[in-house]
Amino acid sequence: MKISMDALTKVFYKKGQSVTALDGIDVGIEDGEFVCLLGPSGCGKTTLLRILAGLEKPSTGSFSIQESGRDRPLQSMVFQERGVIPWLTVKENVAFGLKMRHVPKAVVQERTAFYLEKVGLDKFAHLYPKELSGGMKQRVSIARAFANDPEILLMDEPFAALDEQNKFILQEELLSIWEETKKTVLFITHSIDEALLLSDRILLMSSQPGRVTEEISIDLPRPRTMEMVRADPKMTEHFVRIRNHLDREVEGSRT
Amino acid sequence: MKEFEHDPLAVEQEEWKKRQWMERWKKLLTISSPILILVLWEFLSRTGLVDARFFPPPTEIIGTFFAMSASGELFQHIGISLFRIFAGFLLGVIPAIIIGLFMGLYSPIRHFLSPLIMALMPIPTLALLPIILILFGVGEVSKVVTIAGSVFFPVVINTVAGVINIDRIYLDVATNYGADRKSFFFKIALPGALPVMLEGIQMGQAIALLTIVAAEMMGANSGIGYLIWTSYKAFLLQEMFVGLVLISFFGYLFSLLLRGLQSKLLPWR
Repeated sequence: MKISMDALTKVFYKKGQSVTALDGIDVGIEDGEFVCLLGPSGCGKTTLLRILAGLEKPSTGSFSIQESGRDRPLQSMVFQERGVIPWLTVKENVAFGLKMRHVPKAVVQERTAFYLEKVGLDKFAHLYPKELSGGMKQRVSIARAFANDPEILLMDEPFAALDEQNKFILQEELLSIWEETKKTVLFITHSIDEALLLSDRILLMSSQPGRVTEEISIDLPRPRTMEMVRADPKMTEHFVRIRNHLDREVEGSRT
Repeated sequence: MKEFEHDPLAVEQEEWKKRQWMERWKKLLTISSPILILVLWEFLSRTGLVDARFFPPPTEIIGTFFAMSASGELFQHIGISLFRIFAGFLLGVIPAIIIGLFMGLYSPIRHFLSPLIMALMPIPTLALLPIILILFGVGEVSKVVTIAGSVFFPVVINTVAGVINIDRIYLDVATNYGADRKSFFFKIALPGALPVMLEGIQMGQAIALLTIVAAEMMGANSGIGYLIWTSYKAFLLQEMFVGLVLISFFGYLFSLLLRGLQSKLLPWR
C-alpha cells in the first residue's frame, strides 16, 4: 500500500458544539493508483485531503505514506487556481517546491523547464499570474506539484473553477502527464464525469459523519477520453448509481 | 443622418477620439488648479485686495527664494532638514517592518506587543520632545529620534495588517511545499504584506514632514522649521513663505518618489 489510512477521525469542536467531519476512515491506496474521492459538499473530503497534506491534524487515527527511499517529499498538493502565488512569476511558482527543499540550482532549472514545457507555459515563464487566464493558472499549479516529484499527489478540486471547455482540456492534459509519471493520486471532486474519466477507483463518501460508504472500480482502458466514458454503457450505469448515492446523501442531510 | 455613421469603424473611431479628448481635459484640470490659485493670489495681492504684507505675491516669494539661495544659507537649512527626515525615516521604518512582520506571523508576539503599540500610538511624538531632549540631548540625535518615533506607528500597524490579510491559501501552499521559517518570512510574509506596508510608509512620510517642521520650531537652531519660525518672529513673511513652499514641494516630491518605488516593488499587482 502506498497510502494507508487507519481509523482517521476528525471532530471539530467549538463551545460545546461538535461536528464529526471524518469518522473512522480506513482506506488503502496502491502505488500508482488514481483514486477520486466523491461526495456531497460538507462530507469532509477536503478535511481528509488537508490531513494527508499536513495542513490539519487528525483527532484520532493515523496514516502513513510509503517512502521509496530517495530524496523526495512525501506529498504535494495541487491547489485550486487561487493557490498560485501572485508575487512569484510563473517560473518561480513552478520552482517553488524545489527551492523550498533546497534542491541544487541546476536540477531546479532543468525540472522547472521540463514541466513548463509539458503544460505549454514555457513562453509565459516570466509573466506574473495576474496576466494568466484561469486555465493557465491551473496549469502552473499542476506543473508545480509534478516538478516537486513527490511520493503522492493530492488534488483539491483543481478544475472546479474552470469553464467546461478548459476543464476538458486540462483533464486530458493531466491524464497524459500522469500516465508518463504513474504517480499515486488522490483527487477530490464533486463532478461525476470527472471522477469516471480520471479514476482507477472512486470512493463515495457520506456526509456528517464523513465515511467512505462505497467504492467503485473503473476498468475503462487507458488512455481515456470523455467520448469513451460517454459511449460505455457500464459507465452510464456507474453514473446513475453515483448520482443516486449523492441524491440520497443530499436528501438525508436536509431532513 | 450623415454618411459615415453607417460605418461601424468610423463610429468607434469618433468614440475613441472623444475618450482621448476627455483624458487630455482631465490632465489639464489637474495642472490648472494650483496655477489658478497662484494667479488669483498674485492678482489679489498686487491689487491690494488682500494685505501684501501678510500675503506677498508669489512672484515676490520666488524672488526672495533666489535672494536667499544666493547666500547659501537656505541650502544649509534644507540640507539639515532633509538629513533629519531621511535618518529618522530609516530609523523608524526598518524596525517597524521587522517588528510588524514578526507580529503578523506569530500571534503570541502580536498579542503581547499590540497593547503597547495601541497605547503609545495616540501620544504625539512632539509631546514627548521634552523627554526625548532629556534622553538624547539637544543635538541631531533627538530630532532623528522624534521623526523615527512618529514614522514607526503607521508603518508597524500597516505591516501587521498586511501580513494578517495575506490569503490563507498562500500560507497553506508554503506549508505544504515545506517552507522553513526563513522562507515564510521572505517569500510569503514580506512580499504578501508589501502593498499594505507601502501605504503605511506613504503615511509615515507625510507624518515625518509634519513632525520635522514642528520639532525644528520647538527645539532647533537650523532647518526649514527653524527658518519658518524665526522669519515669522522677525516679521519676514516672504522668507516664511519660502519655508512653507519648500515643505509643500518636498512633501509632493516624496509622494511621487514613493509612488514610483511602489510600481517598481510591486510588478505583480
